[in-house]
Amino acid sequence: MVARPAPAPVPGALADRPVRRDGPPPATEGDVWALLSQIPDPEIPVISITDLGIVREVALDGRAVRVAITPTYSGCPATFVIAIAVEAALLDAGLTPTVTSRIDPPWTTDWLTEAAREKLRRYGIAPPATRGPEACPHCGATTVTQVSRHGSTPCKAQWRCDACAEPFDYFKCH
Amino acid sequence: MSATDPRPPASQPAAELFEFLCRMGDNTLVLGHRLSEWCGTAPALEEDIATANTALDLIGQTQMWLGLAAETEGAGRSADDLAMTRDAWDFRNLLLVEQPNGDFGRTLMRSFLFDAWHRLMLERLTLSGDPRVAAIAAKAVKEVAYHADRSAELVVALGDGTEESHGRMQAALDRLWPYAGEMLADDAIDRAMAEAGIAPLPSALADPWEESVRTTLTRATLTVPEGAFAHRGGKDGARHSEHLGHMLTTMQWLQRAYPGARW
Repeated sequence: MVARPAPAPVPGALADRPVRRDGPPPATEGDVWALLSQIPDPEIPVISITDLGIVREVALDGRAVRVAITPTYSGCPATFVIAIAVEAALLDAGLTPTVTSRIDPPWTTDWLTEAAREKLRRYGIAPPATRGPEACPHCGATTVTQVSRHGSTPCKAQWRCDACAEPFDYFKCH
Repeated sequence: MSATDPRPPASQPAAELFEFLCRMGDNTLVLGHRLSEWCGTAPALEEDIATANTALDLIGQTQMWLGLAAETEGAGRSADDLAMTRDAWDFRNLLLVEQPNGDFGRTLMRSFLFDAWHRLMLERLTLSGDPRVAAIAAKAVKEVAYHADRSAELVVALGDGTEESHGRMQAALDRLWPYAGEMLADDAIDRAMAEAGIAPLPSALADPWEESVRTTLTRATLTVPEGAFAHRGGKDGARHSEHLGHMLTTMQWLQRAYPGARW
């Protein structure tokens, strides 16, 4: 009988990682927010996690910091990646982070900042609106047609511009 | 990442609550897995993506429901343990959601019948006396409203479609209708949940469910089968169909081969 192979060892997500520290750790919660605003959304890297409105709380106590994050969609695979990115950034800054998930109140696209909506538009994604995309993010025409209610990530749908005929992603109103 | 913030209410029927949470989480887990079986093979790219997205939502909801179930149980098990190390007799999902995919029409009909119930159930659960249940429901209902709209739209498009698509949707309805009754039947766990103010009685959902489902099926030019026979035994685990065990051997393969494997 052939011995069953052992599964490959998997390193811890943050273990064995050189910690980079430039200057003193963030001294205020505002500093922590500023730090978090530098972390991109892994699926739409043009906007940050604070643009997305998913950082719900930052509580700083000396070097200990608690950060609460809310998922956009409950099964969004990026949520886990974001939690690791937040933890890594705070460790790098010399803090001791505790990252928790908070589902209540549920995330809504109303929490996207105005800056984020403009960044999405320039990136080629129509920002959320109650009645669907207001205009084609490529040419600005307002005659647009839904191709599918779903898209390449849980937060997007597929649309097409009737004027320039280009397909585009629409950030679903949620 | 740790569990949710709100604390449990002072007194609650823990054993019955655990059962109830397993029912919610096992429904989403089993249907989520079934839908994921279409990934890469659905009849059109858009439908493939939509089906996979729906599966993803359901698996995400499973993490919340089974996470709370594990916390309620207090036996040191996690959501992953509940999903991957229980066998068929410990699953508490409805018989409907474990039925095989069949053709795409049957998959859609199964989703349609379940989604209509799921939306109603979650809407009521947002008012649950247990704030943790209410929070999960508030998160999930936004996603499930989307699922329900899509499956109803497609049931109409295909039911009121070609002769071929109509025939397949009618066959799917005839086959799956006897599995719908289990969603709307009360048992001792349901009564305990209702008395504790945690969840509505399933029978209280029967009228709005029938109304919404029959309205859509009429638009789809489909005929609702006569007779009130309902298969039972999924949500209490007494008589799962043979399909669940086969599904679990696939879904749980890795944990069965390498118990405790992590990555």
